[in-house]
Amino acid sequence: MTIEARNIVKQFGAFRALDDVDLRVEGGELVALLGPSGSGKTTLLRIIAGLDWPDAGEVLFNGESALERGAGERNVGFVFQHYALFRHMSVFENVAFGLRVQPRRLRRSEADIRKRVNDLLDLVQIDWLANRYPGQLSGGQRQRVALARALAIEPRILLLDEPFGALDAKVRKELRRWLRSLHDDIHVTSLFVTHDQEEALEVADRIVVMDKGKIEQIGTPEDVYDNPATAFVHGFIGESIMLPVEVGGGQVRFGPKVLDLESGGAASGPSRLFVRRHDMVLGPAGNGTLEGAVKRVRAFGPILRADVALPGGDGETMIEVDAPRDRALKPGDIVGLKPRRYRIFAAQA
Amino acid sequence: MDGAPTLERLAGQDGPALRAAGAWTAQHAGAIERLVRDAERRARKEAAVEIDVSHIARLDTFGAWLIERLRRALTRENNAPRLTGLAEDYRGLVEAVRNAGNDAEPRQKEPGAIVLMLAAIGHAMSEVADTLIQLANMTGAIILAGLRIAVRPQTFRFTSLIHHMEQVGWRAVPIMVLITFLIGCIIAQQGIFHFRKFGADVYVVDMVGVLVLREIGVLIVAIMVAGRSGSAYTAELGSMKMREEIDALRTMGFDPVEVLIVPRVLALIIAMPILAFIGSMAALYGGGLVAWLYGGLQPDIFLSRLREAISLDHFKVGMIKAPFMAAVIGVIACLEGFNVRGSAESLGSHTTSSVVKSIFFVIVLDGVFAIFFASIGM
Repeated sequence: MTIEARNIVKQFGAFRALDDVDLRVEGGELVALLGPSGSGKTTLLRIIAGLDWPDAGEVLFNGESALERGAGERNVGFVFQHYALFRHMSVFENVAFGLRVQPRRLRRSEADIRKRVNDLLDLVQIDWLANRYPGQLSGGQRQRVALARALAIEPRILLLDEPFGALDAKVRKELRRWLRSLHDDIHVTSLFVTHDQEEALEVADRIVVMDKGKIEQIGTPEDVYDNPATAFVHGFIGESIMLPVEVGGGQVRFGPKVLDLESGGAASGPSRLFVRRHDMVLGPAGNGTLEGAVKRVRAFGPILRADVALPGGDGETMIEVDAPRDRALKPGDIVGLKPRRYRIFAAQA
Repeated sequence: MDGAPTLERLAGQDGPALRAAGAWTAQHAGAIERLVRDAERRARKEAAVEIDVSHIARLDTFGAWLIERLRRALTRENNAPRLTGLAEDYRGLVEAVRNAGNDAEPRQKEPGAIVLMLAAIGHAMSEVADTLIQLANMTGAIILAGLRIAVRPQTFRFTSLIHHMEQVGWRAVPIMVLITFLIGCIIAQQGIFHFRKFGADVYVVDMVGVLVLREIGVLIVAIMVAGRSGSAYTAELGSMKMREEIDALRTMGFDPVEVLIVPRVLALIIAMPILAFIGSMAALYGGGLVAWLYGGLQPDIFLSRLREAISLDHFKVGMIKAPFMAAVIGVIACLEGFNVRGSAESLGSHTTSSVVKSIFFVIVLDGVFAIFFASIGM
């Protein structure tokens, strides 16, 4: 089942939540919608689920328009951020609920429903909790119930809204690995919303990075991490060092100093230099390097992490860099920094 | 050169000019601000066609902006004064400031008290209109869901209906009886106290009977139901909305109106006439009791007088109103519940407004019914 969203626009009063968004999810893919809060990712998910309607644009499932159909007719499984389990029903009844209310001609016999629910509870590894009530479960267990409930109706599409948002770090990690392996087993087209880049990078086949109602980049996790398309993506995904630089005549200047970098295709004018922290190489001060004084050194597991103050155009810019543990660094040292890999983007107005 | 900022008036080549000199930077903010403000104030009377900035030693964004402000103040019918002697270094800065300010909106005058009052009235009216539209919307959705249920009665959730009838009907009986009983007592006591002056004690029975059966019985019950059950509906549905349970129902193919609202509204429509009946009886009982103990009116006299004073019409008037009031309360309460947005504040404010709106609409409806019954002679 492919999902396609074309030119989706959604306006809430004066606020444009989605601004001409195009997205295509292939059948069997697991795609993450990643962005800061307010970027429109949940709105997009709700529109695909049929819980909201766009002001303009189309939603197609397998090439057929889905907008005429309501949420219940789209055959979509939705996992809510706060699980939205029915509290007065046992785990078993929660999962069975969607099956019991199907139209008569589709409805299974009671024995079938029983079998299906037990299979699902097995699949999400909580079969021993079938008779408990949601109030008696931990967050991770509730999330599994919510997932089983969403899967019960054999959805053609699975949508997850911040599925691990309300869980603690350890459970999150465990559950997202589990979600990945579950997806590898059942292969249902899935789209999940998250603001946690680590989650998106680890779980998803492809990542859709959104900001302010627009899609900034769509790509595989490696692609998005290694070749960010825009300054926003570079800043948002992975830890980046950002320095204001000036590009002119093929040269890159930081303050008064000309750096030994190629400007690439960057246009002249004020720009921003993005470097991953692990791509910043610490060396002796010299021509074409970024020069600064070490302010603080901390041992950080196998590496040293140093705060370096770079004298720039207006005041100092403080950046954090890594160095090997055996390197003798002490506060006050003057060091040179040379980016191994970097990207330059024009500064935004 | 790098001295205190100045702004002098002098005769230029083609008319009066202003010459700015010194350091126009944020360090001298106070001084330049004052200079420019004076110049702006005089600008209406004393025009200038030129601003000479060649003597400016240093300029930053702050200074550039004040020069731009000065230029705008001196602009006459789209003829801006020329800026002369601008150093090449500062050209970009001045341009940027000029363009930056262009799309800024002109400062709006604070609206006066009358305008504010009218605006508030306008807002309130448009809110009322919104409410009415939403009510019509919700009523339509409920009727539609009701029709669907009528076609497929097996989908109706009887358990839910019974549950809600217990909540809003059976469990409400004690408090309704107590309140209406007390209201009946008070009406009788007041009536006796005042009628006694005219020797008309016995007409208290007429007053209590007519008033309770036609108006007070059902109205007090409706107000109590709005406060007790309407607010509970809003809070229940609102918290389901907050926990996304309503969305969950929708993704599983349920119509929330059919599943959640129809049983609730129906329970209220069934329960309310019963409550109104019980309430009216309790009020009459209270009235009779006070008439006996406080007014010395024997119960048998009270009853025979009551039989003469009231007709079946009075009773019908009260009972006919009850289900309509119940429907209004139910629709408003459910609508407010569905309008709850994510936060707890929103839940609280919608619960409050559910009660306020229900009581308001119940009283409006009562007035409409009063006109209606008067015109058909009931």
